[in-house]
Formats: sequence, structure tokens, C-alpha cells
Amino acid sequence: MVEILIDIGISVALLLSIVTLAAFLTFVERRLLGFWQDRLGPNRVGWEGSLQVVADMIKIFFKQDWTPSFVEPVIFVLAPAIVLVTVLLAFAVLPLTPGIGIAGHLNIGVLFFLGMTSLTVYGVVLAGWASNSKFALIGGMRAAAQMISYEVFMGLALIGVVMQSGSFDLVKIVEAQRHLWFVVPQFFGFIMFLIAGIAEAHRLPFDLPEGENELGAGFHTEYSSMKFGMFFVGEYASIVLISSITVILFFGGWNGPFLPPIFWFMLKISLFIGFFILLRAALPRPRYDQLMSYGWKLMLPLSIINVAVTGALILSVPA
Amino acid sequence: MYIYSSLRTLWFTFLHLFHKTETIQYPEQKPYLSPRFRGRIILTRDPDGEERCVSCYLCAAVCPSDCISLQKSSIEGDWTPEHFRINFSRCIFCGLCEEACPTSAIQLTPDFEMSEYRRSDLVYEKEHLLISGTGKVPDYNFYRVAGVSVRGKAKGEALNEAPPVDARGLMP
Ligand code: SF4
Ligand code: SF4
Repeated sequence: MVEILIDIGISVALLLSIVTLAAFLTFVERRLLGFWQDRLGPNRVGWEGSLQVVADMIKIFFKQDWTPSFVEPVIFVLAPAIVLVTVLLAFAVLPLTPGIGIAGHLNIGVLFFLGMTSLTVYGVVLAGWASNSKFALIGGMRAAAQMISYEVFMGLALIGVVMQSGSFDLVKIVEAQRHLWFVVPQFFGFIMFLIAGIAEAHRLPFDLPEGENELGAGFHTEYSSMKFGMFFVGEYASIVLISSITVILFFGGWNGPFLPPIFWFMLKISLFIGFFILLRAALPRPRYDQLMSYGWKLMLPLSIINVAVTGALILSVPA
Repeated sequence: MYIYSSLRTLWFTFLHLFHKTETIQYPEQKPYLSPRFRGRIILTRDPDGEERCVSCYLCAAVCPSDCISLQKSSIEGDWTPEHFRINFSRCIFCGLCEEACPTSAIQLTPDFEMSEYRRSDLVYEKEHLLISGTGKVPDYNFYRVAGVSVRGKAKGEALNEAPPVDARGLMP
């Protein structure tokens, strides 16, 4: 009984901290983008702008929650929830430290993560479709095509890690990296996983589903108020998610000398989050056909080669 | 090649973290505005303290947003405007009125802090526009260089002005 209560407590605390972190990231991102463009970014509300998030929250809650007359109302309301819920569910399998984590030893952790990120695409596509407007629909279709293609080699890219650690269990994968982070033997796998991760989170430079210059705001063109806020928080939560899973799979998770595990984990994921923001500051969007041909003609063959080479090495070098 | 240039871009963007920011934190920190900055419009007086404006309507005619409205005084021989109104909610601060003005009466100044809570407060009347000084052109008096006779100056007495020719005496 007590254990269940503790588990529930941890889950709720994790959920709240992830949502808070995701909301706070909107501020961090604007500040960092500002510095990278030689600006200051929002620095008025609170100390150095740290309460900007609160101001934004108040604003977004008081906006009119408008459901346009031409939309498919049920799905229209459901879509942002799907995005946020699937992203948050994926956090369930992440082991933050040996003790903190909701699912613990789940022997299909990696698969669960992949499944949940795939489900996110439903939210996006349904949002585009239910909006009943051309920009949203094009955005949704782009999202579907992009995420399905990038998912393929996202899965293939981390097969190398699974082969080396011999388990789909994320805790075991982290423990297997005690001496050597998988980024060293699986460098190409890491690069491809990262690229696929950016595309999965549809972050710049791969945010074609919402390409502002040609689609307005893409799949969330018709959304306002907190329904839009949920897409927004969902996007930032998925940045946290992709950063965490990259750290877990390739950078040794909580492993690190001296300091407590949670600190190492936080440090590593903040570096990745910073890198995600840097990508946004620095790189332009590719064209849509370029995006697709990178995915299918470059990344997919490379990841298959990576799997083959890893397999061959594991078989030829007896442990 | 594409990968190399992307990485290079990332690195250079990252270095900007250590650059000085360009932002001027406006209400606390004022930006430098050059004397030629095109801001709030004024009507100036000549060095003798008379109004420079001669109600020629050139500024109103040239104004691309049609925001100047003026009316010559109804008194015979008085060429100052009776009313002079600029609607700053429409003015685009292009400075064309200043260029068109033959007497340098209308001038733009380096001041842009003119926000109001009501639009109607942005309509400036002559008493808001007219200042007591000469503005940017300290020693220019239109009547002293133009060939018209005014109080205190007969024809031909102005700067660089030849005395009037007696048209009848020109006969061969
Ligand atoms: S600055 Fe331009 S827009 Fe403004 S009053 Fe003069 S001519 Fe008109
Ligand atoms: S152009 Fe100058 S002199 Fe003519 S009406 Fe305008 S302000 Fe007066």
C-alpha cells in the first residue's frame, strides 16, 4: 500500500516537474535565442525575466478559447491532448536515476518509447485534419510523412545500442554504460538518432509541419488559448523527452563521478536542450523534398549499414 | 560540404553568446538620435520672432498621408496660418513637408516619445506645434532673401538682392 502511494507520489511529482520544466523552457529558449542573436530576450518580468512564464501563462489562460465553426469539434479538442499525453506517457519509462523512474525495469522500455513518440503523430495529423483548413491540413500531412519516415531510422539507429547492451530495458542500457558511453562505439547511431529525434519533436530545422513562412502556423493554425498552449507545452516536453532519451541511450544516463546521479542527469539533458535551441538559432529549414530525400536516401541506408556493422563486430569479437 | 557548413554555422552562432548585445534597454537607456532624426514636427519662427509659415500649402500638398491641414489667416496682408493642424496618428515622419517648405517653418525634431492614450490627442494644433525659436535653421528669414517688400524692408534691400529695375527706364 505504502509502496503504491510512493509510486503515485513520484509519478505526480515527475509529471508536474516535466510540465513546469517544459513551460520554463519557453523562457529559457527565448533568452538563449536572444543572446545568440545579440539581443537580450525577455528580461522584464521578475529577476532577469524569470517570471515571464507566469505572465505568459496568465495571458494564455485568459485568451478566448475559440473553436472555429468549420472544425470537427470533438477531434479538434482531442488532438492537443493526444500530443501532450503521449509525450508525457513516454516519460514513464525513463529511468532518471537508479531510484527515480516510474516504470523501473520495463523489459520493453525502448519499444514503449518508440511507440509513444509514434502516437504523437496522431495528435498532429488529427489537429490538421479536424481544423478543416488548407494550411492546417498541409501541415498535418507533412507531419505525418516526416514523422513516419524519420521514425524508421530512429528505431534502426538505436538497434546498435540494444545489440551492445543486449536489452530493451533502459535501466540495463544505462548500467551497461558504466565504463564506456555508447556514444563512442555507436557514434553514427547517435548522430542519426539525434537527427531523427529533432525531426520527431518537429523542432527547427525540421519543423516543416509548422513552416511559418508558407503555412501560417501549420497544423495549429486554427488553435488558440490553452489548446494551442498544449501543443506548445507538448513540443517543449518532447524536447525534454528526446534530450533525456539521448542521454540515457548514448551518454550514460545518470552515470558520472562524485556528484549525485540526478545532478549528472540534469546536467546532461540541459546540455542537449541547449543544443536543440542552438540548432534553432543557427540552421535554416531544408526544403520539404530535401527533408524526405535525406531521410530515405541517406539516413536509412546509413542506419542499416550501422546495424550491420555493429552486428558483424559483435559476432566477430567474442566478449 | 553541407555538414561542414552546418557545423560551422552552429559554432559561430554559439560564439555569439559571448558577444555584447545590441539591445538598448529603452526607458532606462535612451538611444542617441542624430540632429537630423525625423521625429515630432514643429513650426518655427524667424530670427525676428515672427512666424515663418507663409501659408503656401506646399507642405499640405506634398504630404503623402494628407495629415497636414492649414488655413491662411483671413486678415488682408497677413500670411500666417489661422489654424495649422497635423494629425500625428497618420504622419509617417517622411520629412517631405520639411523639404517642401520654402521658409523652413516646418521642421522635424529628434523626439519620438509622443504616445497618447487617445487617438484624438495625437492631433496637434498650431499652439502645440509653434515654438518660440528658430529650430534647426538659426539665421534664415524668408522675407529678407525674397524679393517682396515687408514692414521694415523695401524691395531690393534684401540679402543678395539687386534693387528693382525700372521697367520703363529699360526702353532703348
Ligand atoms: S513628415 Fe511626411 S507624413 Fe508627416 S506631415 Fe510631413 S509630409 Fe506629412
Ligand atoms: S510649406 Fe512651410 S510655409 Fe508653406 S504652409 Fe507649410 S509650413 Fe507654411
